[in-house]
Amino acid sequence: MTTKRFSCSLKNLEEICDYITHCANEAGLSESEVYAVQLAVDEASTNIIEHGYGEECPERIDITCEPVEEGLKVVIYDDAEPFNPEAVPEPDINVTLENMKPRGLGLYLIHKMMDEVHYESTPNKGNTLTMIKRHSR
Amino acid sequence: MEIKTTEYKRCTVVKTKGRIDGSNAHELSATLKGLTSKGNFNIVFDMSEVNFMASAGWWALIDTQKTCKPSGELVLSGVDKGIKESLNLVGMGTYFNVFDDLTGAVAHF
Repeated sequence: MTTKRFSCSLKNLEEICDYITHCANEAGLSESEVYAVQLAVDEASTNIIEHGYGEECPERIDITCEPVEEGLKVVIYDDAEPFNPEAVPEPDINVTLENMKPRGLGLYLIHKMMDEVHYESTPNKGNTLTMIKRHSR
Repeated sequence: MEIKTTEYKRCTVVKTKGRIDGSNAHELSATLKGLTSKGNFNIVFDMSEVNFMASAGWWALIDTQKTCKPSGELVLSGVDKGIKESLNLVGMGTYFNVFDDLTGAVAHF
């Protein structure tokens, strides 16, 4: 299990992706599974920076990777304002181009890309987003 | 982010490489808006060297497609397998004509 700390900046997305790619490869995920984890972690980190902290700041985003028997477990911790996933509107999928609106897509993608997604917020631990990607073999 | 635009007789090709995410999607968006504001509505986005695209990048493309149609069209070429899979997963794949290579995409116009 490894944990890496990043500051809250969109400039860190590439470094976050490099770290998560390394973890996913180490866990033996396939190429398309690695891409799914990259996208889910990128969308989650972007949401924390843009909607959680709401700005670039020195606050932490801690990312823990843990290879598990069925694949890879990724946990993201932050101290931003707690958020209610149920308050995020479901994006309109399979609508005409004119009716496509940029809302709720990041969270939707996270759920689509990963096999398990859990969110928890506690006063002493902050926000915890736990995601599992299982390998298909 | 380095973005190259090349004018062809019937379309403009836009090319960048690497990652498109929340940190740089606005640069792609600005380039595409610059083209459409000058009346260039036939655009090929050459993605042959793009290996990652988050939803911020997709919005730049969707906004552009909304502006281009019906006078013209934004088409994609050389889309990475992972990007294509994720686009299709959220039903956005249907908004774009996708070509395997640049020659086919340019010939579309």
